[in-house]
Amino acid sequence: MAAAESYPEELRYHRDHDWARIEGDEAVLGITWFAQDSLGELVHYEAPTAGTTITLGTSYGEVESVKAVSDVIAPLSGEILEVNEAVVDAPELVNDDPYGQGWLVRIKLSDPSEVAELLDSAAYGAYIAEQ
Amino acid sequence: MADSPGIAQELRRTPLYDRHVALGARLVAFAGWEMPVQYEGVIPEHLAVRNGWGVFDVSHMGQLHLEGPTAHEVLQRALSNDLDRIGDGEAQYTLLTNERGGIVDDLIAYRIAPAHYLLVVNAGNREAAFEWLAAREQRGSTVRDESGEYALLAVQGPDSIEQLGLADAPAFTHAMGAVGGVEVMVCRTGYTGERGVELMCPAEDAVALWDAIVERGATPCGLGARDTLRLEVCYPLHGNDITTDTDAISAGLAWTCALDKEFTGVDALRRVKADGPARKLVAFVMGEKAVPRHGMPIEGGGDVTSGTHSPMFDVGIGMGYVPAAHADVGSELVIDVRGRPKRARVVRKPIYTREEH
Repeated sequence: MAAAESYPEELRYHRDHDWARIEGDEAVLGITWFAQDSLGELVHYEAPTAGTTITLGTSYGEVESVKAVSDVIAPLSGEILEVNEAVVDAPELVNDDPYGQGWLVRIKLSDPSEVAELLDSAAYGAYIAEQ
Repeated sequence: MADSPGIAQELRRTPLYDRHVALGARLVAFAGWEMPVQYEGVIPEHLAVRNGWGVFDVSHMGQLHLEGPTAHEVLQRALSNDLDRIGDGEAQYTLLTNERGGIVDDLIAYRIAPAHYLLVVNAGNREAAFEWLAAREQRGSTVRDESGEYALLAVQGPDSIEQLGLADAPAFTHAMGAVGGVEVMVCRTGYTGERGVELMCPAEDAVALWDAIVERGATPCGLGARDTLRLEVCYPLHGNDITTDTDAISAGLAWTCALDKEFTGVDALRRVKADGPARKLVAFVMGEKAVPRHGMPIEGGGDVTSGTHSPMFDVGIGMGYVPAAHADVGSELVIDVRGRPKRARVVRKPIYTREEH
């Protein structure tokens, strides 16, 4: 079952439709409800490799639906600690639960000051309303 | 001066546009039309057609009528298949070919009467096909484009014919009938590999016909599922798998070419047949996680012409041209998926057949 539209208060958002859950000097990243809804049912997650670094605003992987492929843009910079292999095996988890089981990577932040630049739930909601 | 990419093209809408919007369809531009690509989702729509039944608005497709005492002769010279093989009430998959044996369009020709044929052509090729035929008209034949006057609904799936209350009929036949009180031309044709019909009715009856079919429980299906369904059964898509620069023999469509009759491009096709094609259109299945897409290079000289994720097999599938030496079933291919080499294997066409499931 596809999830209902939501943008949880406790997350921070990037305009390329990615979310971040900040946990101390680490963050869990994924794509927003809006992003998965735009793509449709996901069938492939081209994941990065643990140990590599990702940079704010650049692609760190790809998610792909039947119809389209999309880069996943890093909302923050850091080193990848863990990839969600469950999503590699079952990409539809992103559609079912984009902020829970559908997370994509966990990173160690290289520049925690970047967090301040992200949008909160209300600001992201206003941003996508204009899209 | 820069060119003007910002000029929006006015998109055409079918008589069912309001129904698509009301159902929450995602609409996209396709061949100059604003068409539903999906309602609930490509995968559930695909599965509905494989396991039950679904309905597609394909009113964007073109309808050309060729009529007159010389219509048969004009079409025999323009189309690759042999119209003498069909009678009234029958239909035939055939190709409109150019002098090089390239494919101007692939279409279904319906014989209405000995001197009257209906050609259902691709939306994107409607004008090209019309002009091609108009330029070859002879005294005693006229081609008319009646595309705007009719709606076409494809009702497809193992349950479709019974659910519509229609009597079964052999594939590639047509007859007049009624569904939900709407008089329709019932064609036993489709683009999904399933049992089913395509129903043609006057544009003003389209909403009543659509409503009657949806009320009986057909799943509304968009162009997304239409593409995944046709690719699983290896039906070519004009513009991708077959074009004005590809020939029927290389595309595996020799069965649509009556090389013993005279038609445009037949000499070129006879040569390809005699020499053997340099490249062949093959079907393949990915050997690792990846979704092949149109235009991706195949190592060793080839390219993907259509690719998707197969909802039935949960794996990437596609078709593409490869050198004849790599075209045998079982050949290993390597596809360049945005810079990453991914393994694939040539398989027999069609990729999906109903008997296996």
